[in-house]
Amino acid sequence: MTSKSAFIHNRPAAVIAIVLFAIAAVTYWDASRMVVRATYGMSATAASYFVAILFAILAAGHLISAFKPNDVENEEVDWKAVGWIGLALSGLIVSIWAGGGFILGSTLLFAFTARAFGRKAFVTDICLGAILGIIIFLLFNKLLTLALPMGPLERLL
Amino acid sequence: MDTLIYLFQGFAIAIDPANLIYAAIGVIIGTAVGVLPGIGPALTVALLLPVTFKLDPGGSIIMFAGIYYGGMYGGSTTAILLNTPGESASVVTALEGNQMARRGRGGPALATAAIGSFVAALIATVGLAFLAPVLVKVAVKFGPWDYFGLMLIAFVTVSATFGSSPLRGLTSLAFGLWLGLMGIDQLTGQARLTFGVPELLDGVEVTTLAVGLFAIGEALIVASRHLYKPEKPIPVKGSIWMTKEDWSRSWKPWLRGTFIGFPIGALPAGGAEIPTFLSYNIERKLSRKPEEFGEGAIEGVAGPEAANNASAAGTLVPLLTLGLPTSATAAVMLAGFQQYNIQPGPLLFAQHADLVWGLVASLFIANVMLLVLNLPLVGLWVRLLKIPLPWLYAGILVFASMGTIAANPSVVELLLLTGFGVVGFLMRRFDYPIAPAVVGLILGPLADSALRRSLQMSLGDPIVFLQHPSSAIMIGIAVVALVAPFIFRGLSRFQQDED
Repeated sequence: MTSKSAFIHNRPAAVIAIVLFAIAAVTYWDASRMVVRATYGMSATAASYFVAILFAILAAGHLISAFKPNDVENEEVDWKAVGWIGLALSGLIVSIWAGGGFILGSTLLFAFTARAFGRKAFVTDICLGAILGIIIFLLFNKLLTLALPMGPLERLL
Repeated sequence: MDTLIYLFQGFAIAIDPANLIYAAIGVIIGTAVGVLPGIGPALTVALLLPVTFKLDPGGSIIMFAGIYYGGMYGGSTTAILLNTPGESASVVTALEGNQMARRGRGGPALATAAIGSFVAALIATVGLAFLAPVLVKVAVKFGPWDYFGLMLIAFVTVSATFGSSPLRGLTSLAFGLWLGLMGIDQLTGQARLTFGVPELLDGVEVTTLAVGLFAIGEALIVASRHLYKPEKPIPVKGSIWMTKEDWSRSWKPWLRGTFIGFPIGALPAGGAEIPTFLSYNIERKLSRKPEEFGEGAIEGVAGPEAANNASAAGTLVPLLTLGLPTSATAAVMLAGFQQYNIQPGPLLFAQHADLVWGLVASLFIANVMLLVLNLPLVGLWVRLLKIPLPWLYAGILVFASMGTIAANPSVVELLLLTGFGVVGFLMRRFDYPIAPAVVGLILGPLADSALRRSLQMSLGDPIVFLQHPSSAIMIGIAVVALVAPFIFRGLSRFQQDED
């Protein structure tokens, strides 16, 4: 590892290059499985191959720039805050997936996101999130008749 | 002459009381959301799309026009009072505007921005009304090869020519193109890149991508940094009215900004950054008090803000006449039109003439409403800026995910939204522009079908693109625009920041 970082100046660029190569490979593989051909002109695979080649070229470009000094300053990241937002979004997704409904999901989303931004009053935020969720639900489900996911709470309203 | 008759009919539709109310609601919620820090016009429109889902197409498009102009205006308020421009085009406004606010001249700064936006949008909307029919006459003669050439130009200018790094811009574009491949191919009915997930057969929604990249990505980046950089709005002290001197220093920059902004916005060249920077530099050279620049010169707010709004109205020209979005906001608006089953392009003016001209007339009305509502309500907008960040972003995320599941109630859609949020976070962190990805997603499939239709018509002979002088020239321009920044590094001095 240490010998590698000696001449790779821009490690993110190297990682992005690998990701881009992977996308190129997946796209190429997906296109190669398509069977229907156009009678004349180009078939649906052509765009896929084009994008795959584009990704390969961009990956090569990133690989080259990985050996140059980094021109983007690396800012510090508060990974804990990012984690809280991740938890907030998973709270919503799990709630919808398990049939918990929109209000429960958005309450969790609200409270955990507020936590990510450094709020400590969790109970207050839960209440606020629930109120916001109920207002949005009533406004959009009843007034604008948009179908938001229903859970036990929503059926009561 | 026809234009005037059509425009008159458009006004007849727009001044219907119900439509006036839609326009007013659009302007108010557009400004309210646009004012919130970190939310630019693209995200404002994307977030508020679900609100307009259930209205009739006419009403929702009129509300849409209000949201668009309201979001633009709200962005400049944030830039002036908070120094956090919500979009790249208000970066310049923040330079002088925030300095003015710090010196207790926030009121006049907001006023010159509002009146400048009004003047610019008014002139530019007139320009739109007269230029669009002319362009439509040309555009109906376009073959698929011409569209392909135009889209190539849009791709290259949006991503490579004017960005800080062509490599990063093109990577962002490629990501959008890749997402555009997903779903069932229109011509052969085959699934591309769906990985066996049925929800992906319909392709990726532009609004999901835009909201994920902009809203969730922004929330993640702010949360990851907020401990280090807290921001507070500057209170508006003193009179909000402009003095006589302010007026005399403002009116010429307004007009100059308008005449710089509109033509550049109307070209398929992408973005309002260039006209705002151009306007700023011109005003600094022409100013009677160049020493004030950097310390709150009113010309530095008036000119760029007018240029910004004029170019925003300008981007409606290629959007409405050719169906060609050249900014993230225009891409989201195109997605909105498609949601109402309206396909912008030359045919739109023939098939939905009442809709188009109703929209143009509503732009005028929304513009007047903005001027009337915004200056008196400035206190309210400032109060919105004071919402504590945790609640603000929590609310934004709730609203963003609500819009996504209301459009498409599935867990897969939410997972996509989250995934795009993470990508948006990484793109911001490593300085990749976001607009090219959104434009790529919406233009990619269109370019694909234009290319294939051309080749079908020529029985597979690629020479068709060079046989027609029009498409040959456009492809030539695109190639030059792609190669030029790599040859002349100096061209990329226009820094493209985030929308």
